[in-house]
Amino acid sequence: MINTRFFVPLVAFIALVFFLYQGLFSDPRERDSQALAKPMPTFSLPDLMEPSVIYTNDVFTDEVSLLNIWGVWCVTCAVELPYLTELSEQGVRFVGLYYDQDLDPDFGTKTLARVQQEVIETTNQLGNPFLFNIFDVYRDTSLDLGVTGAPETLLIDQQGIIRVHHIGDINPRVWDSKFVPIYNELMAQQSLHQTENHP
Amino acid sequence: MNLLTQRFFLILSIWAVLMSSGLMFSNDAQATQENYQFATEQQRQDFKRLTKELRCPMCQNQNIADSDAMISHDMRRKVYQLVSQGKDHDQVIDFMRQRYGDFVYYQPPVNNSTIWLWILPFSVLLIGGWILFKRRPEITPSDTQAEADLLAKADEMLEKDK
Repeated sequence: MINTRFFVPLVAFIALVFFLYQGLFSDPRERDSQALAKPMPTFSLPDLMEPSVIYTNDVFTDEVSLLNIWGVWCVTCAVELPYLTELSEQGVRFVGLYYDQDLDPDFGTKTLARVQQEVIETTNQLGNPFLFNIFDVYRDTSLDLGVTGAPETLLIDQQGIIRVHHIGDINPRVWDSKFVPIYNELMAQQSLHQTENHP
Repeated sequence: MNLLTQRFFLILSIWAVLMSSGLMFSNDAQATQENYQFATEQQRQDFKRLTKELRCPMCQNQNIADSDAMISHDMRRKVYQLVSQGKDHDQVIDFMRQRYGDFVYYQPPVNNSTIWLWILPFSVLLIGGWILFKRRPEITPSDTQAEADLLAKADEMLEKDK
């Protein structure tokens, strides 16, 4: 029989090595989103370009949408814009949630006109995937969604339920692995629903 | 040490204490740059406590009072709004937990995955104590006899060397 005096520390050591080894590959920033499987929080916010237009949760009913939280100040957002534009050209519905502290009514240093100008310049240069941009004036809706920064992207289904919450940029790898399975399933449901209504 | 040097060191130490406390005060003031106005002293205390207990979800380990991240600004403002609306400490914590998860609060809840934080330290202590207890050599009469013999032998050798 093996002596327990050697066996027990060996097992404890192997367990510790295994535990720490796993830690090498875990991302401390990765957290479960609290927004998942919940409806989009109630909002009523103006359009970024045309502040007299007010959007509500209705913009997400009956259509599968991707809500992209972004700002011109955000470098990673600029990196993903061309790819998002490519996806939107393939028929993906993108809505922007504009997230900017420089535009803050309390602390901001920029005027709305200046930011609108910058948005136009950026989208002209890198592509514009967005149907429209919702201007999250006080970033309250972003806070309700548990957004920690930009870019973040949410996949919202026809019922306005959040199905995917992705933190960081969207690239072909992320799109294929994280979004496509659920997106395709939802789109199949949507087309089925439409043929039922309009045979 | 003469009287003059004693005085000098006394003044130096007073000055050091004043400086360090001054620095601490300025840090405290710096933490909340927004200059919020509170209706009651209680609300001000609640706000201070809450911003110290809430963790910035973007930074790796900072509370929202210390962090200058955009999200911390927004969360401080939200805490201020909620406190001003008369929400108490637990209601504000719940509000933030619903949005940012348990990560946001520096007091982890006890559940299946976190219970180990409490169990492990105590079990290590118990196991260590048990091992120490087990390994304590038992002193038998024959041991003491052998020891006494050895001592006698050593004394003998020492005597011889003298």
